[in-house]
Parts: sequence; structure tokens; C-alpha cells
Amino acid sequence: MAVERSLLEVNNLETGFRFGDVYHNAVDGVSLTLKNNEILAIVGESGCGKSTLATSIMGLHDPKNTEIKGEVLYKDLNLLDLNEKLYNRIRGNDIGMIFQDPLGSLNPLMTIYNQISESLEYHSDLNEDERKVRVLELLNQVGIPRPEQIMKAYPHELSGGMRQRVVIAIALANKPPIIIADEPTTALDVTIQAQILDLMIDIQDETGSGIILITHDLGVVAETADRVAVMYAGQIVEEAPVEELFANPKHPYTRSLLNSIPHELESDDDELHVIHGTVPSLSKLPRKGCRFAPRIPWISEEAHEENPVLHEVSPNHKVRCTCWKHFHFEGEEK
Amino acid sequence: MGFIEVKDLKVHYPIRGGVLNTIQDHVKAVDGVNLTIEGGKTYGLVGESGSGKTTIGKTIIGLEKATSGQILYEGQEVTNKARSRQKKYAAYNKDVQMIFQDATSSMNPKKRILDVIAEPMRNYFDYTPDEIKRKVVDLLEIVGMNAEAMYKYPHEFSGGQRQRIGVARAVASDPKLIIADEPTSALDLSVQAQVLNFMRRIQKEYNLSYLFISHDLGVVQHMSDDIAIMHKGRFVEQGSKSAVYTNPQHIYTKRLLSAIPDMDPTTRAAHKVERQRVEAAYDAQETDYYDPDGRVYDLQQFGDNHLVALKPEEPNASLQNENVKTGGER
Repeated sequence: MAVERSLLEVNNLETGFRFGDVYHNAVDGVSLTLKNNEILAIVGESGCGKSTLATSIMGLHDPKNTEIKGEVLYKDLNLLDLNEKLYNRIRGNDIGMIFQDPLGSLNPLMTIYNQISESLEYHSDLNEDERKVRVLELLNQVGIPRPEQIMKAYPHELSGGMRQRVVIAIALANKPPIIIADEPTTALDVTIQAQILDLMIDIQDETGSGIILITHDLGVVAETADRVAVMYAGQIVEEAPVEELFANPKHPYTRSLLNSIPHELESDDDELHVIHGTVPSLSKLPRKGCRFAPRIPWISEEAHEENPVLHEVSPNHKVRCTCWKHFHFEGEEK
Repeated sequence: MGFIEVKDLKVHYPIRGGVLNTIQDHVKAVDGVNLTIEGGKTYGLVGESGSGKTTIGKTIIGLEKATSGQILYEGQEVTNKARSRQKKYAAYNKDVQMIFQDATSSMNPKKRILDVIAEPMRNYFDYTPDEIKRKVVDLLEIVGMNAEAMYKYPHEFSGGQRQRIGVARAVASDPKLIIADEPTSALDLSVQAQVLNFMRRIQKEYNLSYLFISHDLGVVQHMSDDIAIMHKGRFVEQGSKSAVYTNPQHIYTKRLLSAIPDMDPTTRAAHKVERQRVEAAYDAQETDYYDPDGRVYDLQQFGDNHLVALKPEEPNASLQNENVKTGGER
């Protein structure tokens, strides 16, 4: 088998939510691998299933209303088979998670010290003094000034950027080999965003952990990721190393997205690219054929595959469906 | 000359405390801002959260009270008169409209889109019901929606559609200025593109002015002719888009611009070095750009349509060097 083992392997993951008696898949057959020491970005617009993918890996879904199929392999374990008790040993210890809203993910009634130390208490056998040392070390690592005082503060006393640093400190507490960050900088100002992204890259350099970074912001991807997976309607439509993706985007969705980024206008008639139509709702999603086809109706039906799969078009660059070969923007010659 | 002039606008909120709940201090949300708005132009107002940019927009339209300063509309003083029912302020009320960030909460969920869009028309014009219907259909068409949408309720639309309805409503009273407060911040990239395109088309058609308030420097650059960068309730830099973006002078502007993520992953390392250099410069040179109370200095003419809040005395030698160093790279 392969010499370089991947840290985390997701195979054909399907996450369905129950509507009445039917399950609709928000994540529909996603496979990906995360290696040590890399940042894998998952990009897509709202409703594409990127956050559901993260919460499925973390096992955060209510089993009564969700149906999860496939495999999430970590150290010879399929996480999806674990019971709650075993999962709790993995969460926070092997996989750390950073959420978008730092205020919502901190307990308003607990001091910063208690929140960080809670995770250490649960997963390690450090004593009180050792935990204190470790908490100070963590606060220093995430760049919080005056850690001795901040340790005693409550979340509402800190600014948004500081709170997000605390959330990162909690995620890092047990030195997890995997970190999942779901829109970690979306709620923050650009200057703070830059600091937090730098921090995440530095931490990754130091600890060698693998990071799954979920974001809708292509700028954040360009600044941090090593590898990128673009998601549309529950599926990965393109996957490539970051330089390759930005220099050589292939899938019509990726190209359309890159084209709708606001830029300086070249002329008065210059307009941003708009993707035709809207994202289909979960229950109306076509299960067959290319899911992006309705958004590019000027491309002939023959251009699409009947059952689109990911094809490796160049080393490490995968694209779903064959329509990219025939794709051109509306009103533009191929 | 502009049709709206904002002169030395200040909006201070009292901080109460102590035993008798007396006023202890003030939060200076907006602290001395001047702005002239001309017809058909877009003014971008950029700043981080808490900089006071939304307060300026709200004060112009009358949702906040100005503490001092003047707002002039066609030379007429209208400060704090925006919600007045007196006839002499009706033209001002009609001519200044607003688009909000959250379209959902800015619409009455019990009203059909027809009534949502028609409300400003009913307030200011004497149209017959048929005329109103015709105008609503026209407005919906301008923002790329079908006439059937008229009979639906706000919840039946997606976020992007709702925001387009918000644009249609703002245009309904045939205004001269639309204050757009983060109109696309809650939208996805491709939907944002659509709303921005419609806003620009409408601007050309009606010769509208926009006061475009956003924290997103990319969107502001796309939309604006002139830009003002705000920090701590004051403008640190103001001028034409090209002047501010290509030749930023104030350290805060430089800091903000350098923090924008670069879309080119191949220059990532260089961009990071540059960003950290500017960040260090910002920390080191704070006293050159802010007075001892931490207040931004008054704006001074720097170039053609380019104002910068610099220290009042003689031009600082180290500052000049800084300009030379960073001049070529943006």
C-alpha cells in the first residue's frame, strides 16, 4: 500500500437530513484525504454542504434526523462506527475544531482559564499546576497579551479577535493532529483576519498538524491553503493544489466563481460575472447528471457526462464531469 | 457643488454611570466629518467594525440624531429633520433612501412585495392603484424579477432576491441618493455580483448617487468613484479611488490595504512580509498619525482630490521616506 499514510481519509461520505420520511443528502459522496502538515481548504457558497461535511467528520449530528453513510478513517478507526463515549475521546484530543462565531462557542459564565483547562482535564492527566502552565503556554502561543490577567477574564471582556484566539487555544490544547476550522475569520475585520490566518499557518508549521479550512472566501484560500477542494451542491467538483487552482481553474463553477469576484472596473460597461439561475434546494437536487448543468444552459447536453465522476486531468488536479472541456462563458466564443 | 453637504458632523453618545446616573463621558461615534455628495457618483465609506461608518449613513437619513454639525440638502439645513412631517422637508425625505444589510428584517413580513415597494410611492406621489402596479412591475424588471413576484411575501424569496427587492424599494420614490449599508455582506459571491451589477445599472439609468458603506475593500473599490477611510469616528483619508488605493498616505489606510487577502497564491510569502512590515510600522508610528489623545488629525490637502489626516506641523522627514519606499509597490 501507499508509503505515505494520510492522516484522515473520508470515503464516499453521504450525510442526509430527514424531511418527513425521506432523507436528502447535503453531502453526497465526498471523498478526500488530509495529510500531515497541510492545509486543505474546502470552498463553496452557502448550502453546498461544506459545514455539514465538517460536522459529519466530528460526529455532531443528531442521529434521529440524519443518516450518515461512508467512512471517515482515522488511525484504522472508522469514526462513524464509534459510540458517543469513544467519539468524545477523539473530539478535542485528536481533532480540534474552530467555529465561526467565537462568542457562541465560548461559555459566557466560565473564565478563559477554565474553558481551556476543561479540555485538558478531560483528555490528559495533568495536575492543576501543570494545566496552569500549559494554559499560559497556549495563550502565549496564540498571541494573547498579558496572559496571566486574560486567563481570569470572561469572554465578554475580550474583543472578537481575542475571543477567536481563545477558541484556537482550546482547539490546540491537546495538540491534536487534526484541526477543523469552519469559517474561522468570517466574523472578523480584515486586519484581525490577517492576524488569525498568520497564526494558523504558524501553528501548523510548529505542530505539523493537518488543517481542514472551510471557507467561502477565495482570498482566504489563496492566502493559506496548500490544497483546495471546491464544493457545489454536496459534491466536490474540483480539487487541486492551490497554485494550480488559481492559475488553471477548470470546472465551470470554479471559473464562474473566480470571475464574480469584485475587481476594479476596466470600463463603465464592465460588469461582474453572474452565475445563471440559483442553487437548487436540497429536496429538488437532481440526483443524476451534472449538477451544475442547469446553471450553464448554453452548454450542450452532450458535453456533460451521464454520471459525472472526478477525473484526474493532470497530476493531483481532479475535475468532475467532462463539461469543462467544452465550457465557455455565455456570449463568448469557445 | 454637491446637493448634499455634511459639515463637521458629530454624533456622540453619552456614557452614564455613577450614583446619580449622570453623564460621565461620551462615545464619539462620529467626531467631525465632512462630506459632499454630487449627483451620479458613488462614495465608498470604509472602516472596520466600530469605526462609525454606519452611524454617518444613519444620521444622514435621520435614524440617528446629530450631536452637532450640519447636513445641508440643496443648501437647506435639514439636520435632524429627516423624520419631520413638515412639507418643506418632504423633498429631502423623498430624495434620500436606504438599502439595509439584512433585507429580511427590513421588510414587513405581512406585506406583499407589491405593498413593500409601493409604500414609498404612496407616501410621496399621487398615483392611482393602476399606475402604482405598473411602476412596481417596471421596478421589479429593473432588478431582474418577474411581475408575479408582486403577489408573494418576503419569505418566499432567497437572500439575493430579497436584497434586489430592497434595491427596488429604495428606487421607488425616485431618490437622488441611496445610502447602501453593507448591502451585499450577507450574500454569496455570485449573488453579490448580481446585486452589484443591478445597483450600477440603476445608477446609470436614474443618475443616482450612492453612499456605499462597507468593510469590504474589494467591493468598495469595484463600486466607488470616491472613497473615505474611517477610523475612530474620523476620516483618515479621503479622495478619488485611484488616489486612495494606489497612493495611500495614512498608515491606517496602508494597514487596511495590506490586510486584504491577495488572490495570487504564488506571491503569498512576499505579501505576508509586506503586511507584517506595515503592521510593525503602524505600531511604531502611531504618534505620527494620531494626536496624544489617540484622535485622528484633521484632514489636509495632499494632492488633487486627495485629503490625508496628517500631523499639522512641518512635513515629517521620516514620513517622506516612508512614502518613497512604498510608492512603487501598490
